[in-house]
Amino acid sequence: MRLFSKGFSIGMIALLSISLVAGCGTTPKSGASDASTPIKVGGNLELSGGTAMFGQAAKNAITLAFDQQNAKGGVLGRQLELVAADNKSDAGESTAAVTKLVTQDKVVAVIGSMTSSVTLAAVPVVTDNKIPMISPSGTNAKLTVDPATGQVRPWIFRACFIDPFQGQVGANFALTNLKAKTAAVIIDQKSDYSKGLADAFVTNFKKGNGQITGTEQYVAGSDKDFRSILTRIKAENPDMVWLPGYYQEVGLIVKQARELGMMMPFMGGDGWDDPQLFNIAGNDVLNNTFYVDHVATDDPALATFVSDYKAKFNSVPNAMGALGYDAANMLIKAIDDAKSTDPEKLRTALENMKGFKGVGGDITIDPKTHNPQKSAVIIANKNGKPTFVTRVAPQ
Amino acid sequence: MGSSITQQIFQQLVNGLSLGSIYALIALGYTMVYGIVKLINFAHGDVMMVGAYSGWFAITVLHWSFLPALLFSMVACALLGVVIERIAYKPLRNASRIAALITAIGVSLFLEYGGMLLVTAQVRTYPPVFPETMYSIHGVIFKYGDIVMLLTSVILMALLHFTVQYTKMGKAMRAVSFDKDAALLMGINTNNIISFTFAIGSALAAAAGVLMGVYFNTIDPLMGMIPGLKAFVAAVLGGIGIIPGAMVGGLMLGLIESIVSGLGASTWRDAVAFLILILVLIIKPSGLFGKNVREKV
Repeated sequence: MRLFSKGFSIGMIALLSISLVAGCGTTPKSGASDASTPIKVGGNLELSGGTAMFGQAAKNAITLAFDQQNAKGGVLGRQLELVAADNKSDAGESTAAVTKLVTQDKVVAVIGSMTSSVTLAAVPVVTDNKIPMISPSGTNAKLTVDPATGQVRPWIFRACFIDPFQGQVGANFALTNLKAKTAAVIIDQKSDYSKGLADAFVTNFKKGNGQITGTEQYVAGSDKDFRSILTRIKAENPDMVWLPGYYQEVGLIVKQARELGMMMPFMGGDGWDDPQLFNIAGNDVLNNTFYVDHVATDDPALATFVSDYKAKFNSVPNAMGALGYDAANMLIKAIDDAKSTDPEKLRTALENMKGFKGVGGDITIDPKTHNPQKSAVIIANKNGKPTFVTRVAPQ
Repeated sequence: MGSSITQQIFQQLVNGLSLGSIYALIALGYTMVYGIVKLINFAHGDVMMVGAYSGWFAITVLHWSFLPALLFSMVACALLGVVIERIAYKPLRNASRIAALITAIGVSLFLEYGGMLLVTAQVRTYPPVFPETMYSIHGVIFKYGDIVMLLTSVILMALLHFTVQYTKMGKAMRAVSFDKDAALLMGINTNNIISFTFAIGSALAAAAGVLMGVYFNTIDPLMGMIPGLKAFVAAVLGGIGIIPGAMVGGLMLGLIESIVSGLGASTWRDAVAFLILILVLIIKPSGLFGKNVREKV
């Protein structure tokens, strides 16, 4: 037994050295710069599972961006190819999917994922392999800046604004447009996203001499009856309610609030952006509610993108689609600026990107945080339709 | 100001009653199955989920009206309950109780994640089935659905109590509950009685599922988890195995949760509810309605 294992390990070492030598000698570096081969870009996307609608929209939008560029002759004279991998909306699957993209498919860069926790799971893999990654819509601040060290994560970028900005935009809109002097806040107790948005709102609302009448909490996924906390808020009678959560609970909360006779404006963040919201709450219930979002699909600046997307996929894109489109075009511009598909040069090009004209607003990357400085939009729900109200510039 | 506080108190009581009647509705099936088979059927909440989906399917895909859809879902779940019992629980009937309990948890997870595979994790919405009528008495607001929920749980509780106490089948059920082997010797087909128990329990779960779907108009594959747990607590609170106990336990739990939230401690809601459960069990281990005799049902 011992003899065998000795022989076995010697054999393994021999085999490994051969493959190492072979690896040095023959395997081309990721994305050989031969003009005939396409540039492979990985898509680590939520194609199934809980947030499948986000991933599907992004996949379509990236395909659209690549096809449009390929029709113009590609970039650096080469065609672009999207290699999509399904992370099943799961953090563990995300690590596996991105490992496959980087090590087997040899992609030059990765686009994805759409949600913060799933993106976070892919961060160590791309960092170790030194491949740039752009998350279209991960808003959590931790994605691009390591909270433990305060240092920027060199290989991670994003095409969207971050949560503190959303909360600030919401507070300013409540103070100036809704003329609110008092507000109540309802927080999803277990969600970092919700808590982050709530903190940012409260800080900025108080700065504008607004008063918070009360803070109530719920647990997403398990609570369905919110009338007890709503009854309390009703008695406080605030001018508006700040409700940073995801559409499922938001729908139920606003519906139950209206049933209790609470007609004040409700407002939240990009977690509201899903057509399901209207099925859950009902069209009338959602009148006089607003949310901060990345883009509005009826914003005139998006008209070309929306019609191109419609022509190709026969459906209307959502904000996630627009962000996926921007992420893809950011990468195309980076390849063009770098005049190369070398990951290190791509990284530098992304880090120094200034005034990129995206459909979701102009993007300038802050090299210290990798966060884009970009505008947000305010959307009002009117008779069953999300309607563009205004665009808010970054400060 | 005084009247607004009274109004708030009454509103919280109404909120609590309506939440409690949902817990009661689920707890009824839980407690009955436990009463007869002495098995804590952790899959009960998930059978409720299957019921909610069957009802949703009947209403949105087959375009049936509410009552036929409710019946369809109850029949479907009764069959499912019998199948689960035959496949998962029957082979373990003489095994230790912990084995049966773990199997029940297994069945629960199987239904949850099998369901997620089959219908995806996406949230579905029920079309409005009940009229959206609101009633307001001195500023205390409740809706049509609240009355339906409360009435349904009271009626089902009465029906169940009657079946178990006054019918031949109920007599056989109580006999099986009292002593399975002796019942067998008396010529009772215990297998059929146990299947029947599971069928009724699952049909009740289905009714609760459809009503919950209609009331909150969203359903998802994990919707049975937390209400199932809360209903279990309600059943224990009232004295597990005792049918009116489940009703009272459910309403009490709903009221406690609502009052705790109403006092401004929404983060402490579940902690307080479970603390009260622990206190009740320390003072009265067999629950509020529990007696120290073995005959339960």
